[in-house]
Amino acid sequence: MAPTSCSLCRDAKAILKRPKTGQQICKDCFFFVFETEVHHTITESELFKPGDRVAIGASGGKDSTVLAYVMKTLNERYNYGLDLFLLSIDEGITGYRDDSLETVKRNQQQYDMPLKILSYDELYGWTMDAIVEQIGKKNNCTFCGVFRRQALDRGAASLNVDHIVTGHNADDIAETVLMNIMRGDIARLGRCTLICTQGEDTIKRSKPFKYAYEKEIVMYAYFKKLDYFSTECIYSPDAYRGHARTFLKDLEAARPSAIIDIIHSGEAFEVKEEIKAAQKAQQTCKRCGYMSSNDLCKACTLLEGLERGMASSVITDRARKKMDAIGPAPDNIRTIPLFRSTPTIAVELPSQS
Amino acid sequence: MAGTMMIKLVFSGGLELLFSNERNQSVLIPSFVPSDNSTHSSPSSSSSTPSSYNDTPSTGETKAADLEYLIYHLRDHLLKERPELFMENGTIRPGILVLINNTDWELEGEGSYQLRNNDEIVFISTLHGG
Repeated sequence: MAPTSCSLCRDAKAILKRPKTGQQICKDCFFFVFETEVHHTITESELFKPGDRVAIGASGGKDSTVLAYVMKTLNERYNYGLDLFLLSIDEGITGYRDDSLETVKRNQQQYDMPLKILSYDELYGWTMDAIVEQIGKKNNCTFCGVFRRQALDRGAASLNVDHIVTGHNADDIAETVLMNIMRGDIARLGRCTLICTQGEDTIKRSKPFKYAYEKEIVMYAYFKKLDYFSTECIYSPDAYRGHARTFLKDLEAARPSAIIDIIHSGEAFEVKEEIKAAQKAQQTCKRCGYMSSNDLCKACTLLEGLERGMASSVITDRARKKMDAIGPAPDNIRTIPLFRSTPTIAVELPSQS
Repeated sequence: MAGTMMIKLVFSGGLELLFSNERNQSVLIPSFVPSDNSTHSSPSSSSSTPSSYNDTPSTGETKAADLEYLIYHLRDHLLKERPELFMENGTIRPGILVLINNTDWELEGEGSYQLRNNDEIVFISTLHGG
């Protein structure tokens, strides 16, 4: 086949077919449109204001590595005036997270950003290795998910940042829309397409890659030769998400716009007021002070189950009641440190070598 | 003349785990291959000519080696485990990106792309954590 020329500059050889638009574009135009679309996502949603301190949730994987690179690029190009940090959570998974954290440490040097690593061990007194040893591989993703979300919030508070950005991409969000529909989780369906949500304290969380296709993120990393880590978690992956993902990839192969279409469908659902009203009001956890819709937040509930050796029974509300019926929590249950925003913080600064 | 071609291969994004954990590899494939993509006719024999495939279990018809054939060849000869994570319905599994000499294979005719000596084919899985 004769080389196709770029449909934007009409000059250079096209190297990529954009899944979103079907356009065939060259490398330089690809970098430009990819970065510019993220910039538009950021400015149209007014995600940041000058002087904001922003933590990039960094796993060392493709999405967060590209996010760190693009955030740094846009911050410089458009003078956002942001202070950027890398925030990594060490779940304590030998042979997986320890390797990916090495990637994040290289990113810290490459991008010249301060890095904070917060571990499950430090926060909860348990590594994922120890949790899986106690509860097995079933349900361990529940623990990891609840613990990671809270760890990111607490790590962000310790960095005294205003905002956490994560590498969730269009494919991830479309997957979550599908999963929430399949589970009938209307409350989450309403929330999951929001580009920005409020977390603990006044720390905002947002997804600048909400409209970025995974294919383009991976191609961007490939053509920019970005250093990222890609290995599946050694503990059982989220099987339900895996099915949604395979289904979505099959749909995308048949019709690439499927991903953005599903996000738009998710956005178009309107949650009735009475359903919103039935959702539990937010309060603070009686043990650790984190926001919660029950007396105890999810992390404290899961932690109590682990400490009392009843971890497999704390996944549901019913099981929780059963645990309560057996007796109150012992006095020595760990209180998860909150790291309320403080003015002085210790972060690892890039070495000057 | 008919002979073999050297194809450079790159596996990344976690896909290398299915291929002996070697990111960079190369493979020799015949210039002409069975039209039904049967790969069991001593592909590494450099003296192969199209006629030598007539006694294979395939239909005997040949075609110039294309990317579709390469995918079958990799599955049958280089893949070490879980072929369903690499191939699906006669092509690459959705979610794996393919580049032909640094160009998206969707611009090069995908499986029907005719291979040339020293081509570099990159396979990147997007299915691993981000």
